[in-house]
Amino acid sequence: MAEGSLITEELRKLIGVSGEPITYKVEEGAIQRYAEAIGDLNPLYHDVEYASKSKHGRLICPPGFNGWPIKGQIGALPGGASEMMGAFAKAGAPSRLLDGGIEFEFFIPIGAGDVLIATSKVADMTERETSMGKTMFITTEATFQKQNGDVALRSQATLICF
Amino acid sequence: MAKQLCYEDVEVGIEVTPLTKIATTQMLVQWAGASGDRNPLHYDDDFVKSQGVGAPIVHGALKRAWLGQLVTDWIGEQGELRKLSCRYRGMDYPRKMKTMEEPQEGETWWCKGKVSKKYEDGGEHLVECEIWLENGKGEKTTTGAAVVTLPLRS
Repeated sequence: MAEGSLITEELRKLIGVSGEPITYKVEEGAIQRYAEAIGDLNPLYHDVEYASKSKHGRLICPPGFNGWPIKGQIGALPGGASEMMGAFAKAGAPSRLLDGGIEFEFFIPIGAGDVLIATSKVADMTERETSMGKTMFITTEATFQKQNGDVALRSQATLICF
Repeated sequence: MAKQLCYEDVEVGIEVTPLTKIATTQMLVQWAGASGDRNPLHYDDDFVKSQGVGAPIVHGALKRAWLGQLVTDWIGEQGELRKLSCRYRGMDYPRKMKTMEEPQEGETWWCKGKVSKKYEDGGEHLVECEIWLENGKGEKTTTGAAVVTLPLRS
């Protein structure tokens, strides 16, 4: 560990740790409310009849919405999101947090009624000097699978701690 | 629905049809509920100050969702979004509300994009774009990229 490093031994132990998979169903109303919150009027997200006649056969999710994204991305980490954040803080991570960004890879459309299994893990921790001072970057990876095991989506998110 | 965009319509350097958005405090409340993000950084002045931020900020994930809409509006129902990424580079502050329905005067945001590459791979016709969000001053507060497939005209 470099001198004065933000990544304590305790934090380093969290790298590679995965949580228990979370299984949940994608709800029609949740899709509609999410699309409305973006201001996206695409009928594939709102109009059940229109969507049922499309190639998808049902309402589909806007990109990045997996039924309950917060739960999926970090909630599946050990102990759930708030406990995991607590574990980061307890292990000495700086307490100021910002969302740094995310990358999605889409394989199969996700739609209303789908049952998804979300798994996530702490992929990496790095640090560098930024305009906010010493700053740490925590990368988490999440995978969303259909019940038959097909991967619908993968994502990699960055959490900034300073 | 707009006319379906096809692979032949696209050249490197052309613009993705831009999309405008106005972030309001009311929209942030709606977003928090719909997305499940209850981080007080987006609504609690005291918490915001304790985090060293000047005022409640627009959720990064909402900006990302706008950029998702920019791309899916452009590629139409026959296009497929394969990859979407973004980085939050600057903070954005929502307009406050003047009435129950109407925001105060202020900033308008633009979602924009530009085609960076087009190619065939495994029988698919792929297009890569740079995408970004500009605030009222023209600063890019979120930048990203998208990879899509488009149908052929013939």
